[in-house]
Amino acid sequence: MSKILVFAETKDNVFKANAFEVVSAGKFLADKLGSEFAVITINDAGDEQIKALGKYGAAKVYQLSLNELNAKSGIADIKYSHGAFASAVSSFADANAYDVVLLSGTSFGREISPSIAAKTGSAIVPDVIDFIPEDGGVSFKRPAYAGKCYTKVKANGGKVVVTLRPNVLKAVENSADSAVEKISPDSVNISANDFSAYVSEVSVASGKLDVAEADIIVSGGRGLRGPENFHLVEELAGVLGAAVGASRAVVDAGWRPHGEQVGQTGKTVSPSLYVACGISGAIQHLAGMSSSKYIVAINKDKDAPIFQVADYGIVGDVFEVLPAMTEEIKKLKG
Amino acid sequence: MKIVVCVSTVPDSTTKIKVGGSGKSIDEAGVTFIINPYDEFAVEEAVQLKEKNTGEVIAVSFGTDRAKEGIKKAFQMGADKGILIKAASDDFDSYTVAKNLAAVIKDLSPDIVLFGKQSIDFDGLVVPKMTAEFLGMPSVNVVTKLELNGTDATIEREIEGGKETLKAKLPLVIGAQKGLNTPRYPNLKSIMASKSKPIEEKAAIDEPVKSSVLEMNLPAAKGQGKVFSDGAANVPELVRLLREEAKVI
Repeated sequence: MSKILVFAETKDNVFKANAFEVVSAGKFLADKLGSEFAVITINDAGDEQIKALGKYGAAKVYQLSLNELNAKSGIADIKYSHGAFASAVSSFADANAYDVVLLSGTSFGREISPSIAAKTGSAIVPDVIDFIPEDGGVSFKRPAYAGKCYTKVKANGGKVVVTLRPNVLKAVENSADSAVEKISPDSVNISANDFSAYVSEVSVASGKLDVAEADIIVSGGRGLRGPENFHLVEELAGVLGAAVGASRAVVDAGWRPHGEQVGQTGKTVSPSLYVACGISGAIQHLAGMSSSKYIVAINKDKDAPIFQVADYGIVGDVFEVLPAMTEEIKKLKG
Repeated sequence: MKIVVCVSTVPDSTTKIKVGGSGKSIDEAGVTFIINPYDEFAVEEAVQLKEKNTGEVIAVSFGTDRAKEGIKKAFQMGADKGILIKAASDDFDSYTVAKNLAAVIKDLSPDIVLFGKQSIDFDGLVVPKMTAEFLGMPSVNVVTKLELNGTDATIEREIEGGKETLKAKLPLVIGAQKGLNTPRYPNLKSIMASKSKPIEEKAAIDEPVKSSVLEMNLPAAKGQGKVFSDGAANVPELVRLLREEAKVI
């Protein structure tokens, strides 16, 4: 009988969609497997904020104060330490006999989950996009080769750490009254080594939506002919509330930052809508975006491979089609 | 300075994936294997550190004979020695790999261990951090900037829409992200010199796998989409379909 522990991440003491998704997944699995589940979170969020998790089925939430955890380090300029998070979650899971630890596969979740798996001696299954229940257990669906194929993976008995790809398994409301229990940093196993690499500064461009988190992405490729023309992509992204993405060709050419690259050596994304502008659709780009729910291709070459994965497409000049789309959507949104 | 760089060997990113006869892994017929692209950033960083601080670069790989490809590329870029931890079979997971790498790296007592942040086959982003845990070293993955001042390291790590700045001390494990540096193209001289560099083979330790792939499948083929050919004139119809049919805007 498994016991499931969900790690719910906060940014500045606020839970984001990824936390609600992973709590929902924990509730789903617990129901399927007939097992218990609880949430652990490390922050100084107020009770009202914590109770927001109850809406997604979290009946029991353990909260460890980040300020108290950081105080253990004796480091003046510490914001947080991934190592201390990993140790706190691992020792809590071990002490309370949790054998499944679920995290969202955010950049933070992907950073601490391998440490948790190593510390607890667990299998790790990263980037899961679906659960496949089977008699008495569950296996996991995850992409491989950047989405060129999918694998069904199982943990061979024993413990497992799972990260969920954000934005794929949506949060489901499932009201529960959540009881919050504070845990003391003295009750988890933390040592000076857990602070031997620590974050002293975080800088995030305000208002900039990342492709890995976006529900709509507008991406540009070499068809834009130069970095000076990317405002056409940005303007369409602006009216759609979308993130801007880019092909490898334009990132390698230095037109756009690497953080925007979609594809096998960039980010693998699964938004509801992906608009590919002037992107021919090299196999390594298709790998990174073909699991998007709807794909729109705009390209002047009717034989471009991107049209093979597109749900909708326009064969035409991006310099004419993009401004027309921006105008049309502006009209629609009033 | 003793620098270890871990490399893996993967199908080229242009490979069209087909599922092999076992139904659990790819059909390798006709596939070109290359050094994992992210590992090139790790090797470049390793060689630059050697050039700045003197010392040696040891490339370590876990895998079958094919894994020598990655080590050879590291040699061409300037690594001095190679160690292949020879897997007895193809049945391994990230836990097995990390355990094996840590066992060999521990004996080398390096000042720094560099990895590519993930390999482009299973995309786990797991092995660098897991190996670091088994080594008992601090680690940072998805690194876009590394500055060393004696044993003090200042590191930038890419996160959603921004970056974290971290402080750590050597010895340290780093996972390289694209942007950390620009990997060099080996010249003829370094390619020739690489041919005489030794690869030491070690037997893998027996570490049972904790997870297994049961099936591998290709994505369902997509039906033909609605493609218009009149350029901007089709925009109103496209937007209407996105609104009313797909319901995504």
